[in-house]
Amino acid sequence: MQDLLRRYGPGLTLIMALMVAFWLLMLVIIPNMTLFEQSFRPYLPVTEVGGPRDTYSFNNYLKVFDGSIERSFLGFTFTIPVHVLTFWLTIWYSMVVTVMCFLLAYPLAYYMAKIVNPRSLPTLILLLFIPLWVSEVLRAFAWWIILAFRGPLNWLLLNLGLIEDPIRWTNMGYTGVVIGLVYTYVLFMLFPIYNAIQSLDTNQIEAAEDLGAPWWKIHWRIVLPHSKPGIASGSVMVFMLSAGSLLVPSILGSTTSQWFTQTINQWFNDALDWNTASAYAFLLLLLCTLFVSLAMWVFRVKLSDIAK
Amino acid sequence: MSAGIDLENVCCDFGTFRAVDNANVSIKPGEFFSFLGPSGCGKTTILRMVSGFIEPTEGVIRIGGEDVRGKRPNQRPTALIFQNLALFPLMPIWENITFGLEVRGVDKATRRRRAEELLQLVDLHGAADKMVSQLSGGQKQRVAIARALAVEPQVMLLDEPLSALDLKLRQHMRAELRAIQQRTGVTFIYITHDQGEALAMSDRVGVMSQGRIQQIADPREIYNNPVNGFVASFVGENNIFKGEVQQVADGMASFATPQGTFRARLGDLAGRDGKLYVRPEHTLISATAAAENSVPVTISDISFEGNFISVHAVSDSGAVLSAELRNDGSATMPEKGAKAYMSFDPARAAILPDANVRS
Ligand SMILES: Nc1ncnc2c1ncn2[C@@H]1O[C@H](COP(=O)(O)OP(=O)(O)O)[C@@H](O)[C@H]1O
Ligand SMILES: [Mg+2]
Repeated sequence: MQDLLRRYGPGLTLIMALMVAFWLLMLVIIPNMTLFEQSFRPYLPVTEVGGPRDTYSFNNYLKVFDGSIERSFLGFTFTIPVHVLTFWLTIWYSMVVTVMCFLLAYPLAYYMAKIVNPRSLPTLILLLFIPLWVSEVLRAFAWWIILAFRGPLNWLLLNLGLIEDPIRWTNMGYTGVVIGLVYTYVLFMLFPIYNAIQSLDTNQIEAAEDLGAPWWKIHWRIVLPHSKPGIASGSVMVFMLSAGSLLVPSILGSTTSQWFTQTINQWFNDALDWNTASAYAFLLLLLCTLFVSLAMWVFRVKLSDIAK
Repeated sequence: MSAGIDLENVCCDFGTFRAVDNANVSIKPGEFFSFLGPSGCGKTTILRMVSGFIEPTEGVIRIGGEDVRGKRPNQRPTALIFQNLALFPLMPIWENITFGLEVRGVDKATRRRRAEELLQLVDLHGAADKMVSQLSGGQKQRVAIARALAVEPQVMLLDEPLSALDLKLRQHMRAELRAIQQRTGVTFIYITHDQGEALAMSDRVGVMSQGRIQQIADPREIYNNPVNGFVASFVGENNIFKGEVQQVADGMASFATPQGTFRARLGDLAGRDGKLYVRPEHTLISATAAAENSVPVTISDISFEGNFISVHAVSDSGAVLSAELRNDGSATMPEKGAKAYMSFDPARAAILPDANVRS
């Protein structure tokens, strides 16, 4: 703030501050507060809004417990409300996406930070970024084509002799969604980890090797602990973005894959019940945040580590 | 246990640039050997070749008589102390020290005990559970030494380990390092650009310039009988005269310079041009001309250094000379601006070629 004042003078600084305040207030805080308030009110015909039935309650939130179905898992059979099940599957597959992103990103980040010739690094980063210039919709559709029943992936696997019959990728539960989400969000994992590893003094890796450590021990004891903040912020981003993604599950989802955002979307667009939709949206936000906090506590990551 | 190191015709190229050129040296087991040279002369490259991070482009490196080509750093009986120490900031001190034992599968209780012993050895009791960031520069230095000693290396490689410390601590650590080396009997290869450090600590010194080893000898020999002008200038001050060799007899030569013709020992010129080098502490000042090797000068500056007095003078032909007088009460102090004579003993002066570098 002091900096801004010195550089641009009071007039311009005031305008900038007002613009930021406007953006925050009008485009973030007020709409969200409105939805938050709506989420506690029943969905009523217009004539009854503000009438005696328009009272605050948790009813919208409690709707997730409606409509149980029977499921069996690991030999146990139990009944579970459909929306709760969708929620857990969303969380679970978002975790799978996060882990897969980490498994892909960590070796690549290490390669970029410590192995590749620094002169070819800009080219490499450019190659990684180019796909980002294409819109997310197109990329999702591209995967839809790749994964199609008579698409290139099946063609390749068939010709390599790895499979005997083509696979219905987009009709295998969450497979398509997971692949699409990993592809869409892997860079959000890559760059934080890359930054973290890059800040590691190469001498530490060499010192560990000089003391006799095999490569996996060097990663386990030196590189991984050092890059933990990067891994944590990458994981939080990928997890939150995956859980909150609507586009990828809509395009690459199968008949048996329901994402929680799709449920929210149905409340908004099919049922036109914005009150319940808001309640579901805040539920997702709240529970994801809780889940992330829990994961951070388990892995002993501090919030200040991530903010770095 | 300690091992000797042999470098045989070792070269190291980075692209077209030759960082180390034909290094030959045989370091004895248990020896404290220093490589001394200015920054960029290839010292670190030699050390990294011995520890296994770089393979020599040509030549053979033997550790304990065994050719180590193709062996990774974790397979060599060496321990490297990095210029910036490279301690592990996320581990407590004791885990830092015993990291090498941890990777060898030593159990925790033994490691903990060993850490305490090593901390004792480097005079750092009670620091086991501290973190690296809580230690001072000198303490970190000791931790780095302890960490290297923990793996019981046969050879310790130290890359300018004292350069980050302040002067007082540096002098203290010199003695300490030397003591640790003698206590453990491990071969030390020590790298420094500080001539005082190399001369004070080492059994032998290898002086390097531009990738070439110029001279390998014990510190006295290096200082008293440098083989060329680079060594003479790098390990001390000199009065230097340009000129030409005239007659030669019994290893002594007469040398014609603009300041007069002097007699001095003749080094191994091998047909090349040479210059005459004489140290300021071997340069005398007198009111009257000496029998030989005498230059008439005007005293330009006198600086009192405590234990010695440094006198600077300009010869009639404009050459700047200096002499150091011991402050033992016997010297007669010249006056600034006074006329005097500077002279030197022929046995203390040498005619030497310039550095041994690629043309
Ligand atoms: N990895 C490298 N690639 C290219 N040149 C290098 C590399 N490492 C060192 N050099 C060059 O080799 C020379 C010797 O370097 P170094 O051994 O680090 O010198 P010193 O330790 O004596 O200061 C320097 O000119 C340096 O620029
Ligand atoms: Mg160096």
